[in-house]
Amino acid sequence: MSNAAPLRRNLVTPMTLVLAALTAIGFYFIALRLIYGLGAVTSLSPGYPWGIWVVFDIFIGTALGCGGFAMAILVYVFNGAAYHPLMRPALLGGVFGYTLGALAVFFDLGRWWQAYNFLLPWHWQPNSIMFEVGLCLLAYTVVVWIEFAPAILERFKWFALKRLLERWMFVFIALGILLPLMHQSSFGTVLLAMSTKLSPLWFTIWLPLLFVVSAILMGYSVVMLEAAVVTQSFRLPSEHALLSRLSRVVGWLTVAWLVVRWADLIGRGVVDLSFAGDVKASMFWIENALFVGAALVFVTPAGRASQRASFLAAAALLAAGILYRLDALMIGLTPVGNWTYFPSLPEIMVTVGIISFEILLYLVFIKTFPVLEGASHSDTAHA
Amino acid sequence: MREVDRRDFLTGAGLATATAVAPSEASAIARPPRERLPQAVGMLYDSMLCIGCKACVAACKAANDMPAEVPPALSAWNENTWDTPEDLSGRTLNVIKVYRNGTAEQKDREIDGFAVVKRHCLHCVDPSCVSVCPVAAMRKDPVTGVVTYDPDACIGCRYCVYACPFGVPQYDFNNPFGKIAKCQFCNHLQKQGKIPACCDVCPTGASLFGKVTDLSQEIERRLAAAPGSAYAFPRGRLGDDRPPNEAKIPIYVKAVYGEHEAGGTQVRYLAGIPFAKLGLPTVPSQSPASISEGLQHAIYQWLIAPLVAFVGLTYLVRCRTARNRHDDAPNT
Repeated sequence: MSNAAPLRRNLVTPMTLVLAALTAIGFYFIALRLIYGLGAVTSLSPGYPWGIWVVFDIFIGTALGCGGFAMAILVYVFNGAAYHPLMRPALLGGVFGYTLGALAVFFDLGRWWQAYNFLLPWHWQPNSIMFEVGLCLLAYTVVVWIEFAPAILERFKWFALKRLLERWMFVFIALGILLPLMHQSSFGTVLLAMSTKLSPLWFTIWLPLLFVVSAILMGYSVVMLEAAVVTQSFRLPSEHALLSRLSRVVGWLTVAWLVVRWADLIGRGVVDLSFAGDVKASMFWIENALFVGAALVFVTPAGRASQRASFLAAAALLAAGILYRLDALMIGLTPVGNWTYFPSLPEIMVTVGIISFEILLYLVFIKTFPVLEGASHSDTAHA
Repeated sequence: MREVDRRDFLTGAGLATATAVAPSEASAIARPPRERLPQAVGMLYDSMLCIGCKACVAACKAANDMPAEVPPALSAWNENTWDTPEDLSGRTLNVIKVYRNGTAEQKDREIDGFAVVKRHCLHCVDPSCVSVCPVAAMRKDPVTGVVTYDPDACIGCRYCVYACPFGVPQYDFNNPFGKIAKCQFCNHLQKQGKIPACCDVCPTGASLFGKVTDLSQEIERRLAAAPGSAYAFPRGRLGDDRPPNEAKIPIYVKAVYGEHEAGGTQVRYLAGIPFAKLGLPTVPSQSPASISEGLQHAIYQWLIAPLVAFVGLTYLVRCRTARNRHDDAPNT
């Protein structure tokens, strides 16, 4: 069925050892948080009750895991069957982006031992955006594992189960597009309850649309970066031809995103706030410059042709999406009272640990399971 | 000084235009604002009657079984014997704060004066915390409108802390088993027919308990009375037979904080200096919950849109995968 194969490389390398060490440090601080409380480990305050664990691990981390979702739109909605080789690695990114994001947020919960209340129908509060986001997110975490499951079943040669799963896979693929559309847009709706605190540079009724489309953009940029890094470092055949077709789509989608963003800003007459010369205004311009820079490379044929320019543009687009979320959730916010926030070192190390764990598991999986196409090629070449 | 004033003015003007534009845009998608409950109870806090004795802070701690608070700066000599909270926190539901300017000679004067203010939950008519809570730990009493908190339901996501326009709910970050702390208007005492501890203990009637409709009339009477005229300020519960505080009508700022803020609140403030100087946040009248819920309900009404999308996507994916399988056939 698929031409993917496990990469025949050592599991233990200097890279994986460093990642494992960072993961261990992260979990050490999570243990401290559980024993001594959030205040002992984080810089959280009444003015900034959500720190980088929420913003990075969930709002940004799951958007980084949107590769599978973004590619599924291209492959199934727009019939881009040619992109199919990029599906499995993209889904694998989603598997860990979502699973570890859910794990991270669990430790961030102030009353984590009661987290199961979230699943008890008599506690449900359907007006809460958080409720909808949480359920969708948990559901998608299950769905993305199911979408990836054929790779695992192939590895263990459970072909009967694989055939059965693949017969019904279209349902999960559809859910795998619907659920992220729902919760990634609702991440924006979460902020619609912040009309009194969020700067008009970010607060708009278009937040849900801007959030879901930027998540798709981040998903594509992760797929591009991952393909470039993996093919380069494992000396696999380059996928640049396929990626440059993809980058044209991404370029025009970024342009469309910017048009909505700016039409709304101008329509509401709040552009003057971006000249206030404060931190919010500076971050606003950095964020927009990154979006525009990436779009310029991707919409011009010369930019797409250059492997280096495309790589940098994908990195810029990813940074833009990250910054947009950071701005909308934290920097654009004016809390009640004179509070400031900068993450503490243990807080940063937990997020670094979670991200390291994601990359570590990703590396282990592409070496254990059939994820990458072209991996079998290189096998024969190197064997 | 003049420079600072000018900059303040400019940013203030910028914000004013921004907030003037934003709500009209947002109100297009907002659901209708919640109406105040007819039997809603509330509080009138009159900053000009308050003498800053903090009896209400002590009574609140006792009534709600909250621990004493000692800021780190005072911990050298104050070993938990003297409760000295500086702001709302995981251990303090009600606090008295002071505004000071210049020589601080005269009470309720903006320049070279001082003033006191009491901070706690305002019990919104359309509370953000109730709207955002995923597990219904925050609830609004359907009769009295008191906003209550259930620690056994709460998962500690702190969305209520993030969303409250008034900065009221506080998570106790220093406790590994911390919960949200927030004034519940002594709901447990109200159920016994008593009134909130802060209003009960207040010697001057600065904190006055009552039905919101009655309190609104009391506010109108105070604002309409001639400054300097004698006035019997009720104490405890409005309409009770407790002897009033006989005093003179002061010069009020002709505004009521809490009447319109965030869709209106059940706690109202009167003061002698601008509310912003007292540290009360400037909040537009559109309730934030009406905007987010308006959009959410528009998209998720009866789950029709997601279900239609699901059916459409399933059909689309089915067609595509069937064709792909056909294409792939020779490979397998």
